[in-house]
Amino acid sequence: MAELEAAPDTARELLFGDEWEYAPAPQSADHVRLADRYGSFIDGEFREADDYFPSINPATEETIAEVGLANEAVVDDAVHAARNAYESTWRDLPGKERAKYIYRIGRMIKEKSREFAVLESMDGGKPIRESRDMDIPLVAAHFFHYAGWADKLEYALPGPGRPRSLGVCGQIIPWNFPLLMAAWKLAPALATGNTVVLKPAETTPLTAIKLAEVIQEAGLPPGVVNIVHGAGEVGSAIVEHPDVDKVAFTGSTEVGKHIQKQLAGSKKRLTLELGGKGANILFEDAPIDQAVKGIVDGIYFNQGHVCCAGSRLLVQESVAEEVTQKLRDRLSTLRVGHPLDKNTDIGAINSKQQLEKIRRLVDIGEQEGADKFQPECDLPENGFWFPPTFFTNVTQSHRIAQEEIFGPVLSVTTFRTPEEAVERANNTEYGLAAGIWSDKGSKLFSISQALKSGVIWGNTYNKFDPASPFGGYKESGFGREGGKHGLLPYLEHPSQSWQPQTPTNGSPSTKPESSTSVEASPEPKADGT
Amino acid sequence: MANICRASRKDFRDAVVEAREAQDGWAGRSAFNRGQILYRMGEMLESRRQAFVDVLVGTAGYSADEAVAEVDVAVDRLVYYAGWTDKFAQVFGAVNPVASSHFDFSVPEPSGVVAAFCPETAPLLGLVSCMAPVIATGNTVILVVENDAPTLALDLAEVLDTSDLPGGVVNILTGYREELREHVGGHRDVDAILSVGASTEERTILEREGAESVTRMEFRPDRSPAEWRSGESQSPYWMTPFVEFKTTWHPVGR
Repeated sequence: MAELEAAPDTARELLFGDEWEYAPAPQSADHVRLADRYGSFIDGEFREADDYFPSINPATEETIAEVGLANEAVVDDAVHAARNAYESTWRDLPGKERAKYIYRIGRMIKEKSREFAVLESMDGGKPIRESRDMDIPLVAAHFFHYAGWADKLEYALPGPGRPRSLGVCGQIIPWNFPLLMAAWKLAPALATGNTVVLKPAETTPLTAIKLAEVIQEAGLPPGVVNIVHGAGEVGSAIVEHPDVDKVAFTGSTEVGKHIQKQLAGSKKRLTLELGGKGANILFEDAPIDQAVKGIVDGIYFNQGHVCCAGSRLLVQESVAEEVTQKLRDRLSTLRVGHPLDKNTDIGAINSKQQLEKIRRLVDIGEQEGADKFQPECDLPENGFWFPPTFFTNVTQSHRIAQEEIFGPVLSVTTFRTPEEAVERANNTEYGLAAGIWSDKGSKLFSISQALKSGVIWGNTYNKFDPASPFGGYKESGFGREGGKHGLLPYLEHPSQSWQPQTPTNGSPSTKPESSTSVEASPEPKADGT
Repeated sequence: MANICRASRKDFRDAVVEAREAQDGWAGRSAFNRGQILYRMGEMLESRRQAFVDVLVGTAGYSADEAVAEVDVAVDRLVYYAGWTDKFAQVFGAVNPVASSHFDFSVPEPSGVVAAFCPETAPLLGLVSCMAPVIATGNTVILVVENDAPTLALDLAEVLDTSDLPGGVVNILTGYREELREHVGGHRDVDAILSVGASTEERTILEREGAESVTRMEFRPDRSPAEWRSGESQSPYWMTPFVEFKTTWHPVGR
């Protein structure tokens, strides 16, 4: 094996040529029990729908189940059920009683974790290794974590006065981590005493449906969680419903801005977790092999369908060649293939639409003059696939360096000084996440302070935990999910909701009364008679 | 009585440039130092107590007692937020007990440049109540002032000028909020907006325009001078809307 004698500055690699054959290790899907069709989940019951749409497996393009499409009337029913549940039971239930339900949901998800993991990979295309080891365990952990907060809320918002719940929350979640995003939304909302109308993404509704079954089985009072299905129009109906008190959205910056606009003047509370263009900054003093692994995890995890993906690699000039060579070597060993194969590193692209978007931006990257690297891979004939890709010779103004691709595509640029790295990293409208690779602690923390970014991973990337707040700066949105900070968007401190007790006529004014004094008259919404 | 500057859109744009320029330096100062400067502002205001009382009585129609009370509480409020500067991160930040072997912590950082529409009532205390919590955490601010005694805002500017406050941290525009609000909402380099006493119309405009750059929005009702003086009108929850929590992870190992 002459390859092992390679020059010391290139990676050692074992080349087997065609001597070994790849043996797939498929995860059985036998234990996934699914009906042919499901409707919306309202007031504790699944409902028949007028129209159904298919939820397909992006790895095979086959329909897994049909899902009932909601409309304005269905959303209205869901909001009413949520309002009724809020006023009749959930709001006034002692925190420790709410906690019991949430613990129970977490426990039941754990018991059914294999079924959830397999279904998540079937419906969304992510490798079973990820749904099994990351998504589903984190889902259960999230419910466990927030269950324990339910009777301790006064410690989350320090100061005199008890925090209050908001009412009915409309929650709209994306397709990249379907069940995990449902958990991120539901767990804190329930712990704080709010009720929910949740809309999963239209390409990945199935694990949320299974979650509704768990919720039913756990005996959660009907109407506390309602789940409706469909695309943007259904989301819009939730956002605009007059009886929704709070909207929480995770998805693209474009839709987030649209929602913020829709809500203008409505007095509804809003949190947004939007897109990103995460910079992964690699300094010459970093442990290079570890960093390369982190870069690969940072962008190719979940096919790059990650809002906090490290999609821009900024590498210090002196080590750029070594790093890009190692990236090429590493990419050549990544296995793109069936999501249910336990060896798969990169699964199926979530939808045809998303695949087209990735292809379009990659074409633009080439047209704009960046150099593309893609390893040779055999891609299955059916389904939606995109090989891991990176671009070198990228400049700051290239669209692939500015726009969120949301696919397995990395752009690589170089820098000379730490100041330049910070300037480049911050030169984007986004500010969700960034990575820093360096063995020098003082440098790492000075860079992390200078980055305008809600999450910083130092010498690691794409780590998540229910106790750790997550969310963005700038156009990556506002509000945090996770930990103590994840409770704040679902609570109101008395000083935030304070209203004037008397008309504001303390000083003589020539202008007519502002509308505040009119709005100060209390609505009798709080009386649950 | 006097001719007061009627701020134009260009004035606002210029103020944003100044506020942006000053922001990194202000946020880069130690929290302790920001606290010292806010405290100094309180001292300087107190040293001109009588001048402010006179204007409140002469221009804003306050009784002598009310005027004294407003100035005294304004001083106290500056001292209150001065004290918060180096405690806020400790009370509202966190070390996060994650399950994996990582050191993980969350700290508040300033949102950046904040535009604040100040209340119509309490021409001194209202300004201080909007300004102090915003700058305490390291933001810079543009105060938009429309009330019946706008000269007080200019007197306050003189106080700030003698308080070691770096230029550009607080910018004061007197004018008509109706003329400015659309422009303020749509300005891409404004990170957050505080609006006290916004009508539904103003709120709609600010939120609609601000959505273009995902601007953080905080609306608070105006209140009577007595209510502005009350302890309920000061709280760290006047600071929380203008910070971003940054969470940093690092592996723990050998």
